[in-house]
Amino acid sequence: MNDMTRVERTVDSKAIKIAANNVQVFYGDTHAIKDVDVQIEDKTVTAFIGPSGCGKSTFLRCLNRMNDTIDICRVEGDILLDGEDIYDKRVDPVQLRAKVGMVFQKPNPFPKSIYDNVAYGPRIHGLAKNKSELDDIVEKSLRRAAIWDEVKDRLDAPGTGLSGGQQQRLCIARAVATEPEVLLMDEPCSALDPIATAQVEELIDELRSRYSVVIVTHSMQQAARVSQKTAFFHLGNLVEFGETGQIFTNPEDPRTESYITGRIG
Amino acid sequence: MTDISQTPDAAPTTKPKGGSLFEKDARTKRRNAAESRFKMYGIAAIGIGLLMLIVLVTNIVTAGTGAFQQSFLELNVELKADKLDKKGNRNIEDIKKVSTFGYAPLIASALESEVEKLGIQTDLKSKAMGKILSKAAQAELRNYVIANPDEIGNTVSFRFLVNSRVDGYMKGRVTRESIANDKSISVEQLDFVDQLRDAGVLYKAFNPDFILGADASDQRPEAAGIGVSMLGSLFMMLVVLALALPIGVAASIYLEEFAPQNRLTDIIEVNISNLAAVPSIVFGILGLAVFINYMHLPTSAPLVGGLVLTLMTLPTIIISTRASLKAVPPSIRDAALGVGASKMQAVFHHVLPLAAPGILTGTIIGLAQALGETAPLLLIGMVGFIASNPPDGIVAGFLSPNSAMPAQIYEWSKRADPAFYERAWGGIIILLIFLVTMNTIAVLLRRRFERRW
Repeated sequence: MNDMTRVERTVDSKAIKIAANNVQVFYGDTHAIKDVDVQIEDKTVTAFIGPSGCGKSTFLRCLNRMNDTIDICRVEGDILLDGEDIYDKRVDPVQLRAKVGMVFQKPNPFPKSIYDNVAYGPRIHGLAKNKSELDDIVEKSLRRAAIWDEVKDRLDAPGTGLSGGQQQRLCIARAVATEPEVLLMDEPCSALDPIATAQVEELIDELRSRYSVVIVTHSMQQAARVSQKTAFFHLGNLVEFGETGQIFTNPEDPRTESYITGRIG
Repeated sequence: MTDISQTPDAAPTTKPKGGSLFEKDARTKRRNAAESRFKMYGIAAIGIGLLMLIVLVTNIVTAGTGAFQQSFLELNVELKADKLDKKGNRNIEDIKKVSTFGYAPLIASALESEVEKLGIQTDLKSKAMGKILSKAAQAELRNYVIANPDEIGNTVSFRFLVNSRVDGYMKGRVTRESIANDKSISVEQLDFVDQLRDAGVLYKAFNPDFILGADASDQRPEAAGIGVSMLGSLFMMLVVLALALPIGVAASIYLEEFAPQNRLTDIIEVNISNLAAVPSIVFGILGLAVFINYMHLPTSAPLVGGLVLTLMTLPTIIISTRASLKAVPPSIRDAALGVGASKMQAVFHHVLPLAAPGILTGTIIGLAQALGETAPLLLIGMVGFIASNPPDGIVAGFLSPNSAMPAQIYEWSKRADPAFYERAWGGIIILLIFLVTMNTIAVLLRRRFERRW
């Protein structure tokens, strides 16, 4: 219990970026997410773990309203970004997604040049006044995604021609180019080999200094390596949420323990 | 099973317990036999298809190539000024007053003097000699004079079309036996034709007028060409392209990307698929009822034909466009939405460019289908119309009565004179060249722009 109190103190010390209260998600008649309350801190990596189909990706997609594209999906409850309800009628999801960027499971660069991939977001949001500003944004974003040195000589080459790990880092560069405040990552390493995974994980750790990162992962080792906070989902419920170290060493809920030790999931 | 139990007896004793892999058991044999039988059926089916295609193509080529050649009689015609331009001031209006009958004596005397010059002996009267020429000969000469009024007074060498019977004789279609009951030509005239041919003034040559010219009346198959109906088809295709592509693409994008999934959109979807299978003549009668009877658009006009064919082509374009939009992986949409693009930006910046080759292919195939369509044109009066002059100007091209290539072919195949039959096949060759070209473009576009992701 001593550990817990210390954890709560750390939570208080950092600003809450996203607060989800009582979130319910329905796919038609299926109740996919039940009563989830999560506080995601700024400049922290938060990992969502849990068995397949437990709703962690669904919940992640609620955070930037990507579920809006699914007709039968319905979200209830409040999700507050900096205290503003993102499901409020006045919120335009397009504006929200510029603030809350996303990286997907499968690297999905546009079938365009590397430059255009990164420049697309700034272009549609009007972040650059002229070509040289845009060039700066592209370079800065590619540097942040730790891929600049590998692609600086071939910015005109198609993004789809890169290797899997490079593609995923390109997608991260694309996501950070719009200057988001939160970065959502949906199993960003599941299609990558161990070396590329290591590179992306290192990158996630660096990104923590600027953004609030939320990562969904199947690999518990990955969650343990990159995150400070971990949420364990099971069958649509948020079973446990807390300091990563504590979830993995001393979980409160027996279900968390079973999952972590490999007895379920 | 009995086979399996018998084989071990015949085989060496070292044989594996479950039977040797070197010997096929009865089941495997049956299975392999069935497989090779099926392969044979497949090869036979393809063979039959290929054979049909070869028969069809050879048939079309042998029957149709004749239409591209025509027999001509070359004569030196003296364009007498006192006959053609009595006032002598070369006023085009005065020259136009001389009707085609006024040119008949010029041609007759030209033919007579040519016969005399070549030393051809014949019992034929001047009138009977003139009969070997086409009925269009005088009009041809008149058009030439009106186009070149300065030539009046000179003697010009002019290439006249000959009668379709004579042309048929030159091409081997008409023989001395086959004309036994034919009142329009006699054996003596054919002898005369032989003499002219031997003298080198009557010969076969490539006939550009078949490709570029206008249709002609029943009596003058030798003068008929497909050019004007080709223009009719062109104007119809412009209408189809201008309407069906934007409407079809907009409809498919809305249905595929924006429309909510509900009963109404389901009904629309099912109906679009059904419309693709509706017989084209139904679209024809719809066009007759709506565009001609109700909206009073001009009958036989390529505009109306194009509108009808647009209705017919739309389902094809919508179905292929939706298929190619569906084929764009959802991850591309997610990627665009994820960086904060609006739905429309995601569609127009990313999805549509990726779907474009598929959309273009579908459109070209839809256009090719529309180009070859005859049935709806029957009902809006584009069949049976004799387009004797090319339309003057773009607006007239859309609004003045015209025919279309397949309608023209159908029209020729109906007519009595066997010379038209040859032209129908020739028209088919031209139509096929267009269709094959369009389909090749479609295939090339698909190859060229196909992207992997």
